[in-house]
Formats: sequence, C-alpha cells, structure tokens
Amino acid sequence: MSHNRMRMARGDLGALIAALSDRGYRILGPTVGDGAIIYDELESDTDLPVGWGEDQSPGAYRLVRRQDQAVFGFTLGPHTWKKFLYPAEERLFQVTLEGMSFQPEAPAGVKQAFFGVRACERQALSILDRVFLENEHVDSGYAARRRDTFIVAVNCTTSSPACFCASMGTGPEHRGDFDLCLTELLTPKRHDFLVEAGSAVGEAIMKEVPHCEADEADVAQAEKQIEATAKEMSRSMDGDNAAQLLSRNLEHPRWHEVADRCLSCANCTMVCPTCFCSTVEDTTDLTGDHAERWRRWDSCFNQDFSYAAGGHARSSTMSRYRQWLTHKLSGWHEQFGTSGCVGCGRCITWCPVGIDLTEEVAAIRAADGAVAATSKAEDCHA
Amino acid sequence: MNMTAAPAKKPKLAVWKFSSCDGCQLSLLDCEDELLAIAEAVDIAYFPEASRATQPGPYDISLVEGSITTPHDVERIHEIRKTSKLLITIGACATAGGIQALRNFADVEEYIRIIYATPEFIDTLATSTAVADHVTVDFELRGCPVSKGQLLELLNATLNGRKPNIPNHSVCVECKQAGHVCVMVAHGTPCLGPITQAGCGALCPHYDRGCYACFGPKESPNPASLTQTWQESLDVPERQVKLALRTFNAGAEAFRKESLKHGQ
Repeated sequence: MSHNRMRMARGDLGALIAALSDRGYRILGPTVGDGAIIYDELESDTDLPVGWGEDQSPGAYRLVRRQDQAVFGFTLGPHTWKKFLYPAEERLFQVTLEGMSFQPEAPAGVKQAFFGVRACERQALSILDRVFLENEHVDSGYAARRRDTFIVAVNCTTSSPACFCASMGTGPEHRGDFDLCLTELLTPKRHDFLVEAGSAVGEAIMKEVPHCEADEADVAQAEKQIEATAKEMSRSMDGDNAAQLLSRNLEHPRWHEVADRCLSCANCTMVCPTCFCSTVEDTTDLTGDHAERWRRWDSCFNQDFSYAAGGHARSSTMSRYRQWLTHKLSGWHEQFGTSGCVGCGRCITWCPVGIDLTEEVAAIRAADGAVAATSKAEDCHA
Repeated sequence: MNMTAAPAKKPKLAVWKFSSCDGCQLSLLDCEDELLAIAEAVDIAYFPEASRATQPGPYDISLVEGSITTPHDVERIHEIRKTSKLLITIGACATAGGIQALRNFADVEEYIRIIYATPEFIDTLATSTAVADHVTVDFELRGCPVSKGQLLELLNATLNGRKPNIPNHSVCVECKQAGHVCVMVAHGTPCLGPITQAGCGALCPHYDRGCYACFGPKESPNPASLTQTWQESLDVPERQVKLALRTFNAGAEAFRKESLKHGQ
C-alpha cells in the first residue's frame, strides 16, 4: 500500500466530504450539539466544529471558541464511534408462537464514513474488532456495520488535559489502519491538510478531490505539531505496568476510598470507547404470541450486571469499581492481548464527580502492597 | 407457554387509590392504543377511576397508587393485601410516601392547627409512608408519575409470567444510551441522575434540565458524593441541596437520610 503524502487546501475539505457522499457513504463525524462536540451525521464541512475547542478537567467539560478557525482544534467529546457499530440497543431475534417461527435479525450492512477518527479511537476500534470479529463467535451486527466503514483518521494537533494517549502508546499520531489520514496544517499564513491514503479506496477518493503532492515542509510541520501535542500532554499512565500492579493489589485500601466517591452511575463505561458489555432482555406482546430478544448496553457498575442465581456477585460499589479497573487495565491483556484503555480520558472528564483512573493507579502504585484493614466477605470473591 | 390448553380465565385486575394525585392511575388510562388489548387480557374488576361497575375480590393483580397517611389507610391496605394475589405499588406516593412525605420532617399537629378551621375533624397519621412499610409488596413501580411504557411492560410481564424489564440502574445509563450530553459535566447544571433510578428515558436532561429524581434512588446510590460535588464544584447552596432531595421521593430512605445532613 503506498502512503503518498498529499496536500489539500482547507477549502477543499468540503470536496472530500462530497466525494465520500457521492460514493454512497453516510458521513458521520464531529459537530457541535448540546454544548459539546458530539458525533452525528454531517452533510458538509460547515457542520464540523470549525473554530471550536474545549476545556476539560475531571468532571467538567466546556465548549470554548478558539482564536483561530481550526477544523480539528478540539479533542474528544462524550460520544464514541462504537455507537455506530454497536448500537445502544439492538434486536437479536423474534419468535412467533404460531408455527413457532424463529427469525434472527439479518443486520443490514451500512456504508458509513467515520470522519475525524483520532489515533486513540482507532486503537479502540481495533480492540472492538478483536472482541466482536476476531473471535470464534463473530457478532453479525457489528460485522455488517464494520465491513463498509471508511475511516478518515485525524492526527491530533491539540490535546486536552484529559488526554494521556502518548503514555499509553496509542497516539497522538496514527500508525496505519485508515483509509485516509489528515493532519491539519494551520498557521496564520496557511490552512491546509496533509493527507495520507492508507487504502485503495482512500486513494481513489482522493483522485476526486483537488490536491497536490506534499512537500518536505508540509511533512515537517505536521510532524512538529504532532510531536508538540505529545509533549504537552501532562497526564500519563504506565499501562503495561498497571496490569501487574493491579492484579497484586486487589485488597488495597484505595479501592475503598474511591468507592466513597464513586456513584456507580456507569457514565465512565458508557463513554468508554472500548467498554462493550451488554445485557439481553426478552419482551413479549400482551398475548404472548410474539416475543423478541433485545441486547442493550450494560455496565459492570450496575448491580444487576452481576446477578446470578439468587444474588449479586458484586453488590458493593467498591467491588464494581475494582472489577472495572482491573478488567480494563489488567484482565484485558489476558483476554484480548492489549490493555482495554486507550488513554482517551473520557472516563475522567465525564465522571460527574471527576474520578481519574490515572490518579487511582498512581495512588495504588504509591502504596504498592498495602492491604485494607477490613474487607467485606462479599468483596473478597467479587 | 402452553399451546394446547383451553383459554385460561382472565386474571382479575383491581386498581386502588390512597393519598395521591391520581396521575399514575391516569397513566393506565393514558395507554389509549394498548388499553383495549389490556381489557382483552385482563378482567378489569375494580377501577373506580375508569368505571362505576365493580366486582368483589379476590383479585389476581392489585395496582396500588398513593401513600398511607391515615389510620383508615392502614386498615384498608391490609384488607387489599388479603384479597390480592399480587400487589404491585405504582408511583412515588405508593413506593416512597410521595411529596406528602414532607410532613415526615415537620410537625403535623401544627399543620392541622394552622390550616383547618375545625382541627378535631382531622384524623391523620404523623407520617406519609410507602405501602411496603405496611404490607408485603410484590413489585414497586417507581416514578412521579410512573412511565406508561414501564406500566405496560410490568402488566405484560406479569401476564406472561416473565421477569419485567425494569432496570434499577441510574438515569445516566439511559441518558448516555440516548446520546444526550451530560448536563452536569458539560453545562454545570446540578443533576440528580447519577443517584436516581432510570425509567423516564432521561426526559429532563434531554431538555437541558437536571434530573429531579422522580423515580427515586437507584440501587446502591451515593448521594453524599454527588451532593459534595454539587456544593464544591457547582456552588449549589446547602439549602438547595436539601430541597432537591425533598421532592416526590423525599421519604425514600437514601434521600431522606442525605437531606437531613443538609438541614432539618
């Protein structure tokens, strides 16, 4: 696959969207909505959050006007791409009593383009692919939606205080696995994009969009901006090291301290780009002649998530928080070969009380081996 | 499911009212499109709000609206329990004492003296309490008012002998599932969603309002942590914290206890 670097003027971004649209792609990407940058359907480049940025801190997010007209001058909002591949609710099958007919859903494929996927988010998609596709049980709905998903990646040229992809090795620069990759080149004198094609379809699309060959200065500027973005990230987490650290500190007193703050509201798992847990619900009509099975997003923070034959395995918030963090950072390695965390920081910003997983890991590390004085019996085997 | 049996006798349904505004019973009447199907599936034997024709008990399913506020209520709920196979409470009054549970924090005798010209005619309890505080309840359907969809789901599940799909997790789960932007994080609006049980479909956050906790406390709620953030990060005055917890579900234990930390 050739990785020709191209230069596209800012003014031709609309042509790229139009080219994708002409090929039948539904364009999904960032746009301003309800006081945040969310992912929704885009009709043209004017729907993008041009000139918008955001302030983020644990438990707080504010949309702010930038001084410039950057198209990608923001980082991440509350939405993730998973909602377009793995919707919050999905019918799995229907059963009709008469004739006992059983109709599994035949998920329709969709031609969709994710416009503006960040490096950490691309890593999250790889993780979801592993969970739903690269497994003996392939999820047919996910597979159908993923098949024709075109990825327009964006290298980050700005970071938020919530970001810690640099320390997790998941960003801010893409390392392949995209159809097209954009780096915004913005100075007071110019506004262009460095474009790299990562697939034949990506190359073909660019033939329909005005561009020229990038020069060394373009590439150098892109590299400089990405490097600066990596350097400005103040938050960090040693993801690989966290796996062993957490698994040997299951009785650490810090779990109880964080549980005092944790609301077990599940916001962190809802905004996490890799959390994929679900529940299934059976419904019937009043007569009982027709039944359906639906799958919905669930969370390990919900009590009923661990309900099994007569009781809840994790009734305390402490055991739920510990389950989430140890699965995300530790168990995930054994299960899927990587960390479940990509360093996007959404769980930090969108926690209503601002619990910061990097801080929790650091606190456990600072008192490695400490054991809580009292440990409820139910939590020991949770 | 038994496919060969003759059509079973329709279960008898009764709808009872205690201290309440009738809004939850109205949710049943509001099931317009589904009401005929409900009437097909059950024998509506006692529902004074809908019909003067009543049949005597016993009843297979009793839906109880309202809270227990008088000595007569206490007697009556025990009678209803005796005559009902399944007793389901509907709404914040029946499940937590309702807005009238604000009396639980005050001196009812004083109220009576101030308000009624002839206080001796008033025969009331000092508290407004949930039905479950008096008799065994088979299922509590939350909400002020209850959600029509959840009420139908509950009846449907009961008639079909399956577990109702009525989650006890936070409002945040359904808020995020709907794709709403968090009003607390993104707008700084105090929201009770993280400690409140789902059921409304995150109605208020959808309209950029904080959650008012109409569905009462979620399972394992942590109001202390949420209200601390309200006060420290959102500058909510302590009195407002107390008042936010003292609405339709003021009598729910988790809200009652936390509200008392912020004033009498």
